[in-house]
Amino acid sequence: MSNQPMVTLDGNEAAAYIAHLTNEVIAIYPITPASPMGEWADEWSSLGVKNLWGTVPEVVEMQSEGGAAGAIHGALQGGSLATTFTASQGLLLMIPNMYKIAGELSPTVLHVSARSLAAQALSIFGDHSDVMACRATGYAMLCSASVQEVMDFALISQMATLESRVPFLHFFDGFRTSHEIAKIAQIPREIVRALIDEKLVKAHRERALNPDHPVIRGTSQNPDVYFQGRETVNPYYQRLPALLQQIMDRFAAHTGRQYRLFEYVGAPDAERVILLMGSGIGAAEETVQHLARRGERVGLVKVRLFRPFSPKHLLDVLPETVRKLAVLDRCKEPGSDGEPLYKDVLSALAQAFASGERDSLPQVVGGRYGLSSKEFTPAMVKGLFDELRKERPKNPFTLGIQDDVSHSSLPWDPSFRPDALQGVTACVFYGLGSDGTVSANKNSIKIIAEATPNYGQGYFEYDSKKAGAVTISHLRFGPKPIHSTYLIGENEASFVACHQPTFLKRYDLLDKAKEGGVFLLNSPTPPDRVWDDLPRRMQQQILDKRLSFYTIDAYRIARETGMGRRINTIMQTCFFLISGILPPEAAIAKIKEAVKKTYGRKGQRLLERNYAAIDAAVAGLHPVPIPEQVTSTFDRPPVVPEDAPEFVRKVTAVLMAHRGDELPVSLMPADGTWPTGTTRFEKRNIALELPKWEKDLCTHCGKCPLVCPHAAIRSKVYPAELAEQAPEGFQHVPVRGKDFPQGYHITYQVAPDDCTGCGLCVEVCPIRDRKDPKRKALNMHPAEERHGIEQPHWDFFLRLPEYDRTRLVPSKIKHAMMLQPLFEFSGACVGCGETPYIKLATQLFGDRMLIANATGCSSIYGGNLPTTPYTKNPEGRGPAWNNSLFEDNAEFGLGLRLAVDKLTEHARELVAKLADRIGQDLADGLLEADQRDEAGIFEQRQRIAALKEKLATLDLPEAETLAGICENLARRSVWIIGGDGWAYDIGYGGLDHVLASGRDVNLLVLDTEVYSNTGGQTSKATPLGAVAKFSAGGKPTFKKDLAMMAMAYENVYVAQVAFGAKDVQTIRAFLEAESYAGPSLIICYSPCIAHGVDLSNNLRQQDLAVSSGHWPLFRYDPRKTAQGENPLHIDSKAPSLPYRDFISTETRFSVLNRTHPEAAERFLQRAQKHVETRFHLYEQLAHLAVQKSPAPVKKV
Amino acid sequence: MDLTTQYLGLEIQSPLVPSASPLSRSLDLCKALEDQGAGAIIMWSLFEEALTAESESAARFLSEQHTGFAEASSFLPDHQDFPSGLEIYLENLRRLKEGLEIPVIASLNGVTRGGWIRHAKELEQAGADALELNVYYVAGDPEETGAEVEERYLSLLRDLRDQIQIPINMKLSPSFSALANLVKRLEQAGADGVALFNRFYQPDIQIDSLRLQPSLHPSTSAEALLAMRWIALLYGRTNLSLGATGGVHRAEDAIKLLLAGADVVHLCSVLLDQGVGALGTIRQGIEHWMEEHSFETVEDFRGRVSALSVPDPAAFERANYVQILDNYSHASGVRV
Repeated sequence: MSNQPMVTLDGNEAAAYIAHLTNEVIAIYPITPASPMGEWADEWSSLGVKNLWGTVPEVVEMQSEGGAAGAIHGALQGGSLATTFTASQGLLLMIPNMYKIAGELSPTVLHVSARSLAAQALSIFGDHSDVMACRATGYAMLCSASVQEVMDFALISQMATLESRVPFLHFFDGFRTSHEIAKIAQIPREIVRALIDEKLVKAHRERALNPDHPVIRGTSQNPDVYFQGRETVNPYYQRLPALLQQIMDRFAAHTGRQYRLFEYVGAPDAERVILLMGSGIGAAEETVQHLARRGERVGLVKVRLFRPFSPKHLLDVLPETVRKLAVLDRCKEPGSDGEPLYKDVLSALAQAFASGERDSLPQVVGGRYGLSSKEFTPAMVKGLFDELRKERPKNPFTLGIQDDVSHSSLPWDPSFRPDALQGVTACVFYGLGSDGTVSANKNSIKIIAEATPNYGQGYFEYDSKKAGAVTISHLRFGPKPIHSTYLIGENEASFVACHQPTFLKRYDLLDKAKEGGVFLLNSPTPPDRVWDDLPRRMQQQILDKRLSFYTIDAYRIARETGMGRRINTIMQTCFFLISGILPPEAAIAKIKEAVKKTYGRKGQRLLERNYAAIDAAVAGLHPVPIPEQVTSTFDRPPVVPEDAPEFVRKVTAVLMAHRGDELPVSLMPADGTWPTGTTRFEKRNIALELPKWEKDLCTHCGKCPLVCPHAAIRSKVYPAELAEQAPEGFQHVPVRGKDFPQGYHITYQVAPDDCTGCGLCVEVCPIRDRKDPKRKALNMHPAEERHGIEQPHWDFFLRLPEYDRTRLVPSKIKHAMMLQPLFEFSGACVGCGETPYIKLATQLFGDRMLIANATGCSSIYGGNLPTTPYTKNPEGRGPAWNNSLFEDNAEFGLGLRLAVDKLTEHARELVAKLADRIGQDLADGLLEADQRDEAGIFEQRQRIAALKEKLATLDLPEAETLAGICENLARRSVWIIGGDGWAYDIGYGGLDHVLASGRDVNLLVLDTEVYSNTGGQTSKATPLGAVAKFSAGGKPTFKKDLAMMAMAYENVYVAQVAFGAKDVQTIRAFLEAESYAGPSLIICYSPCIAHGVDLSNNLRQQDLAVSSGHWPLFRYDPRKTAQGENPLHIDSKAPSLPYRDFISTETRFSVLNRTHPEAAERFLQRAQKHVETRFHLYEQLAHLAVQKSPAPVKKV
Repeated sequence: MDLTTQYLGLEIQSPLVPSASPLSRSLDLCKALEDQGAGAIIMWSLFEEALTAESESAARFLSEQHTGFAEASSFLPDHQDFPSGLEIYLENLRRLKEGLEIPVIASLNGVTRGGWIRHAKELEQAGADALELNVYYVAGDPEETGAEVEERYLSLLRDLRDQIQIPINMKLSPSFSALANLVKRLEQAGADGVALFNRFYQPDIQIDSLRLQPSLHPSTSAEALLAMRWIALLYGRTNLSLGATGGVHRAEDAIKLLLAGADVVHLCSVLLDQGVGALGTIRQGIEHWMEEHSFETVEDFRGRVSALSVPDPAAFERANYVQILDNYSHASGVRV
């Protein structure tokens, strides 16, 4: 047996390691939580890492998972060893090919980090809904329950598929296993080599399609033989279980790790047994061992091989003594009388009983648990065993929730802790996503795992925000392998760190602290006063649990050592100093070693200042004297105001407080319908600086509200007398310009709790004080100075009435920005380049918008709980929003349009029919309404209100029908929103079809030039030479010209815009697109953090993109053709800035100068030429003479 | 026809020297330039700010990708370790030295005295035949005197001289009130040559956003006249090598500058616009002109129309409009 090195990695990396080693073609497509597998494979191939056969695997990114599956099918038929990785909806897209691949008995392994499916809502988290949808495809299904098993089963699957010819779906739980970091034994290359049988590889190649020995596959078969053909594969499936066991035995001989198709642990004479597969096994096994050790007759069956399901192997391990058997499924099949694993087990037992193999049947109950990574703890397992004591255990049941609707849930005692936690050190860290807490903790696990014999486990919780995201790191260390597949619970952590002092008032940080533990706080307050910063409850917990308390001013140290705001290594140093896991000197040496590895040759200066920060941390860490009693006078403030709507108080506020697990089923909407406009209740107060308005300088241009990504600075015009009730210091001046009545004032007001401090409003402000050029009409000031002042001002501002939108001219920025944004305070990144476009659309058309939103960043900041940003105006109108899928968004939006059009048509028919009953004038008004402007829409709404009143008086079935649909007589604006991953790649077919449909829809493409939400993977919008994931050496091809393709239809309104370069053109394009009665496509340049540039430069980057010719601005309006004009109008000038000067400002391009300098230069030269020739082409097109109508053909 | 000339104490095969530009990033292009007759290669400039910005960007966007997002733990592929900008520069320098016969001149660009100047030593060790220092400085501070600005150049030069033995060429801007004096003091401080003049990015104003926008327009032949005047004035009055830079697009431009006294003529925009073959075209043009005028070597005609060699040297110092104003005087040979 070879020496197996211990490594610290997560499940995705473990799977990718084997997959890359044992395959030649890897087709990938990003999807959470499987993306890292593809990223690892791509990175290794780009670094030239070779597979078992000494060649570098070809990694190819496809346009969708369906595409990846097709490519794999082809590669297999071509004789390659091929694999892919996916999850959730991606796996569903692969299903058609999976039938084909299995039907053709092609050996391959598909690695899946199993994830929930989008139903009433999308969820990125883990359960078995996706893989269970594949159980009829013919793939064998092997399930890993831990990171070690992921590596082991990845190889076992590969061995088995080659030998059996049955394709394997190897799956493990998304996040819980895919993202858990653990110390495991790595299978060395030579063992992998020894276990992959070359004869089988050769046999696979010999079956390839080959014109030298041609065969045909994929025939079309008829009733005569299709059925028989389908039955030919039975022997392959029948022999697979035994074969797989032999392979597992062979694997054990080489590695020492023995696995079985089903494994039993617990009392040999168990009466109560549970059965499950996946990561829940960890929690279940700890509980079973705990209980069995105390004499309880309990057991656990671990399921490894789910398909083909082998009753024989199950019965071999299930004790004859079992009386009660609970089968746990991590999925839900609505309408079924049990979930898949339960049904299989039940049927296996029934058959055994029927055939006489077993002389009794245990009571078998089935239950659901752990959907969407719902916690599954030993306490819950204990609760289940308690239930099994009952004569009639609940069936079906749910575990882990409170189901007060169907009453399926089982109770449990959350205080139960298994023996396995003894001797384990548990540590919890609260940090911000941006402060590097997670990275530092990942590094700490590696240090401990490598420097000590301890095993380590790291798991990370994230919230759904992109700006100001909160992370909770759960780290465990102990002398034995750790299988605690659940979060660190209350009273378990011997170390709790809070890296952000603002969390003191937001979270119950010390609930998880165990007695005698340590609390570390990063705070600027001196050690002798920091006690007073703690709320009462927290002080009480410190006293009750006899915690030690340490503090450090990490931000000061970071500042003083040149680290800026980077505190992660400082806090990491403190952790090691306090926890004593390693001797301090050894720990510091290890941290410095890791720092050196991180920065490598990239910068000596960075290295030096990190070292300085680490050394300063040692001196800056102080114990806090703890008084004998609670002295604090305050408690955590309520999460939402007491006057918030009931739903927000009962549901949203609980989610916001991180206590959503406590919500019962009855409080959940049954069909996924949630109220809009809830972000306004989530006061996050994350900005370090806030803008202050200087009314004496301001010219009321409106640019600041336009660029604000979070709608956190706004303008309102109102009668001056209303300001008389304003709180002291509220700023307002007479509004400039003749468009507004005398006596009206204007205010520009920041929302201090919602501003993220990005500074874009100040950046865009064009007005400077001539006497003090550093002073603009907006300037950033420290938040601690401004927050208290601005808070009452904002509250008052909100109460001011909205200006009459029918009197505004929306093509003027100043006017448009007085329209209420109906998209506010989203969780988008600080400085996001996408959200200003969405916000603008809601200002212009929000009260009549239906939005179809593709999955991606815009669906996450647009629709991720706990709070959502789309909101309503004072009349209760606002965007109605839904996210169908990633791939079908254009079609989904078209469906909305079709519904609206049909309902409108029907309503018009009924109005015409009932004209004499509702009044001819009203009917004519409704049918002939001109709704091209706000005033027209307003009047139509008035008519509809009158119509409703009238209809209520009519006792006619048609009147009732009309009453139900008459709101469609007012104009509806259908918007189809998504990113470039959707528009250019996965949804392009649908987008193209919708453009071709001629229907009145508005497609808004937020083009960040990469898949932003999943972490910056290449899309077809990625420009030439840009480095992105899957294009580590720079994208070798040009960006697809989506606009040009759409223009080819000639009846599509097309605009390419960049608000940071030319805001007026952006607004004009939005207005024109919406007013166009056919399909409109607006492609919006959206700087993204994935570009490798701080987004405080968002506007500058847009400007550079336009001036360099990277992003020409133009509008193509088919209406102009009818007027005899050229439809294309170029709105930007010829490239005036060298392309080099644009790309040198963004790391996505400039890093290539370091990694592949010659290629970088080559790409640059090509790109420079390209932007020039493309602009020239556009200009030529824009100046083409419009063809006159052809002269009628003369009759001869 | 012999185009050989002396430059910075080096004997070079022709007075045509491509100035610092991205072309020097490619060994193949540099070889082609050598084949076309380039006298030396000046590498692209190593920018002080770029070195700092590069390591900061790499840290922020590659090494420290702290997202806090469940779906994305990073946004750009982490290339683990890769060479710094300086290392790449040194590597390129070594490759050019290995692959070329002609001298390779490294180029540093910076405005402050600082640690970066120690990089000069590394450039020397990597084989640079000479070093060009481009002080890219716009003296916008009303508190800073002309003398202080000049001292900035001189102190940078002295610092450099302390570090290295190879020849140093100073690339200057035209914005000096007493250029000739500055050149003299640079010579005293240890310079070996001057290049006249560098071109600044001229910020432009966007009237939509009221913002500044950097812009750099390719040079035109007209710009060569500025350098021509100053070279003509300096020729013979300094021992420094004189390089003319900016606006050389045709053989005619180069010939004028050589006639004014330039040791070498730098080419940039023309090579970027028309490719490296343009250098050969200019060389042939010079040779053709020499043949027509029966000049055998560059030295035969270099400086023939300098301030020292023309009957009316004041013509180089007068401004155009003075000539226009003085259009009424009689010719001195006319009796009135």
